[in-house]
Amino acid sequence: MPLNIGCTARPGKSRDNRTGSWRVFYPVFVKDKCTGCGICTLICPEGCIEVKGEKEYVPDLNYCKGCGLCAEECPGDAIMMEKEEK
Amino acid sequence: MGFFLRELRIHGRGGQGSVTAAELIAVAAFQGGVYAQAFPAFGVERRGAPVQAFVRFSDEMIRLRSQVYEPDYIIVQDSTLIADINVFAGMKAGGIAIINTEKTGGYPAPEGVSIITIDATKIALEEIGLPITNTALMGAFAAATGEIEFSALEDALRGRFEGKLADTNIKASQRAYEMIKGGSA
Amino acid sequence: MKQILEGSHAVAEATRLCRPEVIAAYPITPQTHIVEALAQMVADCRLQSEYICVESEFSALSACLGASAAGSRTYSATTSQGLALMFEVCFNVAGMRLPIVMTIANRALSAPLSIWNDQQDSIALRDSGWIQLYAEDNQEALDLHILAYRVCEDHDILLPAFVCFDGFILTHTYEPVDMPTQEEVDAYLPAFNPYQKLDAKDPISFGMYATPDYYLEFRYENQRAMLRTKEAIRKYGALFGEQFGRDYSGLVEGYKLEDAEVAIIAMGSICGTVKDAIDEMRADGKKVGLLKIRCYRPFPDEEIAAALSHIKTVAVLDKNISLGSKGAVALEVKDALYGSSIDVYDYILGLGGRDIRKKDIKAIVDLAEKGSGDMFYGLREELL
Repeated sequence: MPLNIGCTARPGKSRDNRTGSWRVFYPVFVKDKCTGCGICTLICPEGCIEVKGEKEYVPDLNYCKGCGLCAEECPGDAIMMEKEEK
Repeated sequence: MGFFLRELRIHGRGGQGSVTAAELIAVAAFQGGVYAQAFPAFGVERRGAPVQAFVRFSDEMIRLRSQVYEPDYIIVQDSTLIADINVFAGMKAGGIAIINTEKTGGYPAPEGVSIITIDATKIALEEIGLPITNTALMGAFAAATGEIEFSALEDALRGRFEGKLADTNIKASQRAYEMIKGGSA
Repeated sequence: MKQILEGSHAVAEATRLCRPEVIAAYPITPQTHIVEALAQMVADCRLQSEYICVESEFSALSACLGASAAGSRTYSATTSQGLALMFEVCFNVAGMRLPIVMTIANRALSAPLSIWNDQQDSIALRDSGWIQLYAEDNQEALDLHILAYRVCEDHDILLPAFVCFDGFILTHTYEPVDMPTQEEVDAYLPAFNPYQKLDAKDPISFGMYATPDYYLEFRYENQRAMLRTKEAIRKYGALFGEQFGRDYSGLVEGYKLEDAEVAIIAMGSICGTVKDAIDEMRADGKKVGLLKIRCYRPFPDEEIAAALSHIKTVAVLDKNISLGSKGAVALEVKDALYGSSIDVYDYILGLGGRDIRKKDIKAIVDLAEKGSGDMFYGLREELL
């Protein structure tokens, strides 16, 4: 990284910083149980759950830290937390 | 300088308790009559960022303040760090590396370094109900290195945690200690 | 009693033993654990003190100023940006001659943002009229708080003090310390006896207007009190030694200086690493010693000149930079040694938490012996 005068940075730095490796658990979305409420996208602290279609929510595992808030808040219990292999 | 100076470097991620592990190992060592020094090296202050913590053990006062570059021991709290960081950097021959992993080997340790693997995450999930692995790894460290007595570690854990939290953490620590002592890791 | 605990907690315990009647502080990394611990002690009734929660460091020191003027023993702690925010109040406290003791958990200043250690923050306040003491380890950090109150509250002094110890390197380090008992501290540090105080029955105002006919004399009196502090530290530092077995009568402290050809001058935690490096250099036949500056304000100019009279080369380690000039310690060392034939070289190092190892100290001694100095040490050339 070069030294920018004034210690400036351009937007997008957090995209380079893939935080997914911290996970112990990862979320698995069960489409059958999904009500399509979208709470998971709102609650995700990383903002890494994308709406791909109706009742189709996909977490970006490059950034998901496995906190499990989505699974905790999901009203249809449609998100399971599975243990990562390490 | 003293007759001995041994050094431990703990690699973990923010939130996994690496700093607490270093502190409690130092507390346990001090109780055993050893001069101990523990300190952290934070990266950015957030959950998940790589963190290091260090412990020095000696028979006399430790004046040195630099980080640990040639450890006798390392503890790796999260084996995914091995892909990003050379956790074995500078390890002394005869050193011991304790790695939290489901695997049983296949790590590129330097020559003369023995590797001890332990599934501390499994132990922590079963005993504490959270994937916080530091207390299990402290037990493994006590068993693998003999730097601290398990009873001193138990006292240190009781000093830090209260009630059920102390019980479950001691249980996790003891299970790991016995696994390594029994050679059934 | 010997115990092992975090540096921040050792300082919090020492502060408790000094029985401050008013504490006002605002949390900031790496000072946070100190004030957290004190707040807990007050909540648990282990410490009978008024803990004022404030909304900024400016408020924290302002509250301390008022409390001290009202006749209370008063404590605060801060670092870096927090100390910068106190700038105005710091000068007021010193000018009103209020003996407040404040811990500085030394940290770099923004920008760029850094939470890590150097000594730029307290050095930047060197002209503010506060006594500045620097600790090498947590035992010294603990002890210097007790000493500071004793010195500051002497009616011949009546000045505030920073007790500086390196952020993270000491604040977050667990190591054994000998913790005095309450009885021992009480025997050393009598209850605060204010020289004067705010009293509705006998009203006074602090920090009044001084016209050009008076201002110069007030500043002169501040300077004289600061210079008298040297003698007060010698006296109460020796008394501390008698009571606790650890002597702090020296404003500076030599390590293997007697037969040294090269002397390193440093302040704070780096002195420990320097001592270990010196032992190794001496084993290789190099005659190197250390002069540790414990008291930076008042500056021990005569003490430095006396300690270094036989030295050929001096390497000053500065964890700060007076931008546009040199390292602040080196500047004053050069002044103290003016007229002597000693070569003084300055090394700016360890800024923003850059780790300093024994090999760095050895490399610096090599540079000084070759006559190469007045430089930033350890620059990553690939970034420039």
